Amino acid sequence: MAERSFAREVEQLRIGAGEEFRGEGILAITKALLQCGVGYVGGYQGAPISHLMDVLADAQEILGELGVRYEASASEAAAAAMLAASVHYPIRGAVAFKSTVGTNVASDALANLASGGVTGGAVIIVGEDYGEGSSIMQERSHAFAMKSQIWLLDPRPNLPSIVKAVEDAFELSEASNTPVMLEVRIRCCHVHGSFIAKDNVKPPYPVARALSAPQRKTDRIVLPPAAFAHEQEKIARRWPAAVDFIRHRKLNEFFGSGGPVGIILQGGMYNGVIRALQRLGLADVYGETDVPLYVLNVTYPLIESEILEFCGDKSAVLVVEEGQPNYIEQAIGSMLYKAGERVVLRGKDVLPPAGEYTGQAMLDGVLSFLREHAADILPARHRAPNRNEDRIDVPDLSKVVPPRPPGFCTGCPERPIFAAMKLVEGELGKHQIAADIGCHLFSIMPPFEIGGTTMGFGLGPASNSAFHGGGEKRPISIIGDGGFWHNGLTSSIGNAVYNKADGVILVVDNYYSAATGGQDLLSSRADNKSKSTKHAIADAVKGIGVNWVRQIDRTYDVAKVRDTLKEALLTPEKGPKVIVASSECMLNKQRREKPILNQAVRNGERVVKPRFGVDEDVCTGDHACMRLSGCPSLSLRKLDDPLRDDPVASIDQSCVGCGNCGEVADAAVLCPSFYRADVVHNPGRFERAVARLRERLVSALQARRARRRLSFAGY
Amino acid sequence: MEQATARPAEPLDGIIKLAILAVGGQGGGVLSDWIVAVAEQSGYVAQATSVPGVAQRTGATIYYIEMMPASGRLPVFSLMPSPGDVDILLAAEMMEAGRAIMRGLVTPDRTTLIASSHRALAVAEKIVPGDGIADSTDVRAAAGKAARRFIAFDMERIASEAGSVISASLFGALAGANALPFDRSVFEETIRQSGRGVEASLRAFAEAADIAGGASPVETENKTASGANEPSGPVRALEGWAVLEARVGTLPEPARDLARRGLVKVVDFQDLAYGAEYLHRLERVAATDAECGGAAKNHSLTLAAAKHIANAMAYDDVIRVADLKTRGSRFERVRSEMRVPDGAVLHLTEFMHPRAEEVCGMLPAPLGAWIESRPRLFSLLDRAVNRGRRVKTHTLGWFLSLYVLAGMRRWRRGLLRHRKEAAHLDHWLDGALAAAPRNYGLAVEMINCRRLIKGYSDTHGRGLSKFDRVLGMAPLLIDRDDAADWVRRLREAALSDEDGENLEGALATVRSFLDERQPPA
Repeated sequence: MAERSFAREVEQLRIGAGEEFRGEGILAITKALLQCGVGYVGGYQGAPISHLMDVLADAQEILGELGVRYEASASEAAAAAMLAASVHYPIRGAVAFKSTVGTNVASDALANLASGGVTGGAVIIVGEDYGEGSSIMQERSHAFAMKSQIWLLDPRPNLPSIVKAVEDAFELSEASNTPVMLEVRIRCCHVHGSFIAKDNVKPPYPVARALSAPQRKTDRIVLPPAAFAHEQEKIARRWPAAVDFIRHRKLNEFFGSGGPVGIILQGGMYNGVIRALQRLGLADVYGETDVPLYVLNVTYPLIESEILEFCGDKSAVLVVEEGQPNYIEQAIGSMLYKAGERVVLRGKDVLPPAGEYTGQAMLDGVLSFLREHAADILPARHRAPNRNEDRIDVPDLSKVVPPRPPGFCTGCPERPIFAAMKLVEGELGKHQIAADIGCHLFSIMPPFEIGGTTMGFGLGPASNSAFHGGGEKRPISIIGDGGFWHNGLTSSIGNAVYNKADGVILVVDNYYSAATGGQDLLSSRADNKSKSTKHAIADAVKGIGVNWVRQIDRTYDVAKVRDTLKEALLTPEKGPKVIVASSECMLNKQRREKPILNQAVRNGERVVKPRFGVDEDVCTGDHACMRLSGCPSLSLRKLDDPLRDDPVASIDQSCVGCGNCGEVADAAVLCPSFYRADVVHNPGRFERAVARLRERLVSALQARRARRRLSFAGY
Repeated sequence: MEQATARPAEPLDGIIKLAILAVGGQGGGVLSDWIVAVAEQSGYVAQATSVPGVAQRTGATIYYIEMMPASGRLPVFSLMPSPGDVDILLAAEMMEAGRAIMRGLVTPDRTTLIASSHRALAVAEKIVPGDGIADSTDVRAAAGKAARRFIAFDMERIASEAGSVISASLFGALAGANALPFDRSVFEETIRQSGRGVEASLRAFAEAADIAGGASPVETENKTASGANEPSGPVRALEGWAVLEARVGTLPEPARDLARRGLVKVVDFQDLAYGAEYLHRLERVAATDAECGGAAKNHSLTLAAAKHIANAMAYDDVIRVADLKTRGSRFERVRSEMRVPDGAVLHLTEFMHPRAEEVCGMLPAPLGAWIESRPRLFSLLDRAVNRGRRVKTHTLGWFLSLYVLAGMRRWRRGLLRHRKEAAHLDHWLDGALAAAPRNYGLAVEMINCRRLIKGYSDTHGRGLSKFDRVLGMAPLLIDRDDAADWVRRLREAALSDEDGENLEGALATVRSFLDERQPPA
């Protein structure tokens, strides 16, 4: 079950023609798929695609009614391979994943899919996690489209445009027998908007029908000589077919009127370009502008005739293309040169050569382009170079405002694992540690600063392979349950077994694919109606041939994690040592349990709620506990006591009583200022009586001592 | 709270642009949804977007909304805020307000900045061994200059007291500040329709709205009463206290307040006689202070000593911890902090980890020292006791154990730990007082170095080692005018990281200029 419930959104998937759909961009795409008569959908979660997967997971009923097969694929490769159903059968299919990480993983299947081509429309929805807030390396999906010859749509970022793009994608795919990639950027995926819906369409050729009447054509299979033919076919037949379709259906858009200069832009950049023009006084709030715009809703292939026509009457053209390398600008330059055009081509020389096209970057780029090539269309105040007249004298805050990178949530079960690793580091010295992808990668940040590389999902242990021969100290690698099932079991664990790796592998098992929003996976403990769960990681590890396996069922037992890790590092036993450290993701656990517990309290049932506290008189303000925690609920408080120089530890109301503070205080021998307060709601009659008796005796003792000594108010 | 005249933001270009800077987990998404709902209810078209991804996990996150009156045509909205192009900025935490200013999202021509003045500390601030908390003063100053209008008060406290979350009080501040051209009733209706925790959210909303609108005053923070620590107890003890308190009056005036607080601390730690010891030490310092011309230096030496001698004398031993943990006042404080409802039962578990050091420290000094001088015996003892104990203070057995331990304070003076602490204290104080006639400033800083000693076990050991290293430099610097500055710098370096890397760097600098002065061999 995912972090968020999409029950309300799922209802919107049912709405019919003429009704208004309101919601996020990514959910509009989900509805568009059903309107297009899609026969099957797959994908792998990850921002900004997770919500699409979560909604479909919650929409089993509707999908069942329509006869649409939905898979939560094991990886992006598995998702892309699913599109094989559209090779021989006229079935529309779509898969979705995060790009470019997912596209990298999927590229083997994508290459094969694109080689043989498709009969039914095959659409790959890639959610671009690019720029601010992105958690991946910055690359371009465009390169994948070019290398495999998959068409790439990049629609304007509003709901009607992206819904139309989904429809166009299927038709384009079928018209050119080529898979189509639909690129949506993260802000577009999460943009709130609306569009007028159509009825959902049952797939005309359901997947079940293919099983009744299987088909195959040898010439569609990727094996020479067919593969050689595919290469020719891509150029000779599929490309022209695509160009014809794009031109006749006017998938690319022209705005503005005739003018001496123009802008060619990716569809996704449209709102940013319009905003820049609005700020320069060259467009109104509805995007009406005189500046000629050629909007590439299809960024691959480029339509040469449209480009030459657009540039033909202009003295200068600006290409707005986010990311690098500047493939589109290069291609346009080549076309213009070959056509003997004299128009001046500008692009990444006035816009930033690398990085996100933020509002400021766009404004600066467009302004400097226009100043140079069409200064007369600019309002007077923009014509002269900026004299910094707007500069305000604001104090520099860069030394004051602390960085705030993401980190482990309150009560996260992974925190104690890294606290234990930190303790082992203190005892046995630093080790070579390879990290993986997932929430656990936050370990590389303060306070833990553990892990040196992250090479890919499920590749943590594999990325330590060079060190697996052993040495004075064993290498350690980390892998999450998400990465483990994505491909880690073979690429990392199997690899270590086969190569007789003498290292330690720590599997962080939090019962979910937690970083992507809490989706279930094979080892989840939850009952899932449509998926098979409860496959223990430890069993899989043993099954693949690891002899030394330790299962820890409560990661908050810091001493146990520490001792198990030490044992793994010091045991004479050869071969990979695998520790599976399991505890439920606290974010999901709270979401699951909190309402139940609160209801139980209201119903008068006995409920124990734990929370931690700090005795500020005992805390000396050394902050050793902070360096083994970083929990948002464990913070500092400045005391109103002039005798105390340093702030003391303090735990706020958001504490969920996970236990890390107490365990760490114990395992690391920290000060005794932490305490756990268990509030027992609705205690039984006997329990209440015992408590009353205790309280009476304790109060009597306390009063006795108070009578015999000086007490000071406030102490 | 600072604010100028209240009027709705006048968007420069017909579009109202609103950004929310929050810390992941603060409910920025809910707030964003609410604002969109209010706009749509009020006949506006609105577009919200965010980059929720991984930054949601406790990192700095941003939500962005644009809106304008509906006209039947769809406007083209931007998907991200731009510097110099934001009308309203909501910051759910003070340093996030600072981040917004740094990013240029707050400008004097147009931006209404509404910020919660509370702090959610970043990890970088928390892990410093000393005081690493960033100061909001600069952010306030910058906000005053950068914003057209600046509204700041503690919205976290308002939310928490109402049993709600900060998105509700921020929403209230936005409504109360009249920064958007929408009726307050529409805001309230939006909360009602959200369906969860409505009453609490409305309370938080109303209070914040009233403050932001100027209808109610900003409540100043209820700091824990630093009070006069008035004593109570047996009559004879109170008489003895009066005598001691009178002695405080003979100390130099600037040091009296701290000296009285110090006296309270050490008497609370042990007894009246211990208070007398404290005053005796302090009077000795005051005498030296006077001889060294301290009057011209605001008696800094006595002032520093009043604080640090008290801290040194009230060291954290087992007796002290047991005493603090068993007091009635502590039980009351925990009950109120944990908000234990009527009829509920409170269980308390302490996390203690005694080692052989603590056991020896609790023994009569000769016996404790005898064991400590025999490594094998000591490690045998350590093996027997060194383990984490979950002390359930609410049970009679555990409470009595701690109670009895706390009662051992009458014998404390004869115990090994006390001997060690007293010797260490005297050595440190003698050193500082000896330095005072030659270098007054240096002596003050030597006293202040006591701040380095804190924590337990390894942390305590590291602190002691830093203390020794810094003070070890003092004799070498004593004839320099900048000696005090250097010792202060060394101390600050020692407090800035755990491992003492910065301290080693600073020590190397000091050694380098000390070496230069040596004649070549």
